[in-house]
Amino acid sequence: MALREIDSLLPPGSYYFSGNEAATEGALAAGCRYYAGYPITPSSEIMERIAVRLKEVSGVFMQMEDEIASICSVIGAAWAGAKAMTATSGPGFSLMQEAIGYGAFTETPLVIVDVQRAGPGTGQATRVGSGDHMQAKWGSHGDYQVIELSPWSVQEMYDLTIDAFNLAEQYRVPVFVMGEEAVGHLRERMDVKPRLSIFDRVKKKGAPPFGTPEDDGVPPMPSFGEGEKLLVTGSTHDEFGIRKTDDPVAHEKLVSRINKKILNRREQIIRTEAYHLEDATCVVVAYGFTARSALYAVNKLREEGGRAGLVRLKTIWPFPDTVFQELGNKVGKIFVPEMNMGQVAGEIMKYAECDVLSYVQTNGEIIDPHTIIEKLRGLL
Amino acid sequence: MARDLERYLRPNVKSTPFCPGCGHGILMNQVLRAMDELKLPMEKMLFVSGIGCAAWIPSPHFNADTLHTLHGRSIAFATGAKMFNPGLKVVVISGDGDLTSIGGNHLIHAARRDIEMTVICANNMIYGMTGGQVASTTPVGALSATTTEGSLYRPFDLCKLVQGAGGTFVARYSVTQPVSLKDAIKKALTMKHFTFIDVLSPCPTQYGRRNRYDSPAAMLKTLMESCITVDEGERLGPEGLEGKIVTGEFSHGRA
Repeated sequence: MALREIDSLLPPGSYYFSGNEAATEGALAAGCRYYAGYPITPSSEIMERIAVRLKEVSGVFMQMEDEIASICSVIGAAWAGAKAMTATSGPGFSLMQEAIGYGAFTETPLVIVDVQRAGPGTGQATRVGSGDHMQAKWGSHGDYQVIELSPWSVQEMYDLTIDAFNLAEQYRVPVFVMGEEAVGHLRERMDVKPRLSIFDRVKKKGAPPFGTPEDDGVPPMPSFGEGEKLLVTGSTHDEFGIRKTDDPVAHEKLVSRINKKILNRREQIIRTEAYHLEDATCVVVAYGFTARSALYAVNKLREEGGRAGLVRLKTIWPFPDTVFQELGNKVGKIFVPEMNMGQVAGEIMKYAECDVLSYVQTNGEIIDPHTIIEKLRGLL
Repeated sequence: MARDLERYLRPNVKSTPFCPGCGHGILMNQVLRAMDELKLPMEKMLFVSGIGCAAWIPSPHFNADTLHTLHGRSIAFATGAKMFNPGLKVVVISGDGDLTSIGGNHLIHAARRDIEMTVICANNMIYGMTGGQVASTTPVGALSATTTEGSLYRPFDLCKLVQGAGGTFVARYSVTQPVSLKDAIKKALTMKHFTFIDVLSPCPTQYGRRNRYDSPAAMLKTLMESCITVDEGERLGPEGLEGKIVTGEFSHGRA
């Protein structure tokens, strides 16, 4: 393990940050020293803050000509040794998809903060949405895995961005912090602890950078300029990066490993939180900003004696399938309020044996806790 | 490939993928010869390329760090690597379709920013790897897989494009001018600026056979005869340039 403890970059204490500011500080705390981006509402505050803050830590900031250039330069910087990041919103995230597939296939650690807005298309740029989860998983062609984290607070915009860098470095994979406009622009108190754990890229001189003896391993990652004479390619390659564009064995081996290295470590990666599950008959499953409304609703119903519970997903991908296999056997109903057309509810239905009821709202506004209370009353 | 340059090649990579008569082998040779004469250490080099035949010039052949990227995006990847580690000597080698059509935006912005890198555009005026479709560099009237009655649209003058975007060293040479080409690459590699060389490299397989060149040799001969110097170009004037390719340095750069 290459986890090590370091001092916080910010003086420890309480801060009154917006979510976008918190994500910026989380990135810097985790060691992000390269950022490239392109302006887009509602994520631009991240770029504006990091443009200033990177100067203070001898990092590099680039405002690129578009989102494609942004993510590509992030990958270039990552191979030059940087912990690197970009931030965007729906339309920019769409433009980045080809490069995300490249990042997954070349096993490049990188972080994207997607401050989701109401889509599709240009949609409502200043309004909240949460419609990019399927795109996060399936946006690029071919079979690959990513990690998606879903923050529900300003605190988590900070904490989960730190986690995102650690996961990206540990598993050599693109990691997405899928915020929503509501949390990006929300200001609330958050705490900075004096110490934090960060994961530094594993290096092993001369070792193959694209293969491991295990079929689900994560290889060490050298950087340009270290004399390794690296061959990095988005084409199918062997463990040393030599292109293998017509070798069926090489292709299957590589595609299988980049999937297995994440899926076989689901237990270590996936994090969920449970509230009032002991005797719950109906469990709300929520993530991101909606989980705030859901927790309020569940607490209210508990005050009335209603046997409601909540499972909050901090990880969306890899999907917490076993959580729902177990939950589906324990409870009668799962209720899933989402600011999209039921993207996560559909996944839960694949694994939970019980009734899964999807509540969708795509009007550019957060889901009112009272709406959830009302719906739950009908289910309890 | 000259034997004395073999030490720059990746061990175990024994043959190039290029078709007989392709100009890319000459270009590959001249890039390495320029590096050899400048005594540039391979350990400090980063070669970045996109997608297409020309992108295979450095990857996997050159025994240095190589980054074989997405179609069109090589300069954006290169920008990230160079900006984070300025100690890397970054050279982008890719094709005309890659660098100037799908990747045109990145080209002009890197030139505008004057990011220190050398971009070598292996220009065969066609999409070779995908089967000979028309490119943004194909001459008017030329036949291709998608212009069977001749290309209708004006090609880019890549040197003017990069000059207009602020490129400090901008040159064009053909692989039929190997010594001038090598000298231009040497100049570009010593400058701490964005440097661009448009290298005309014939594609007998996709361009030549559709446009009535009997052999790769005939194509090379025509290319050689078409190339004129900047001075000759000025003497001939705009009307006299029909069928000619002006070669030389268009912006001389600065150290």
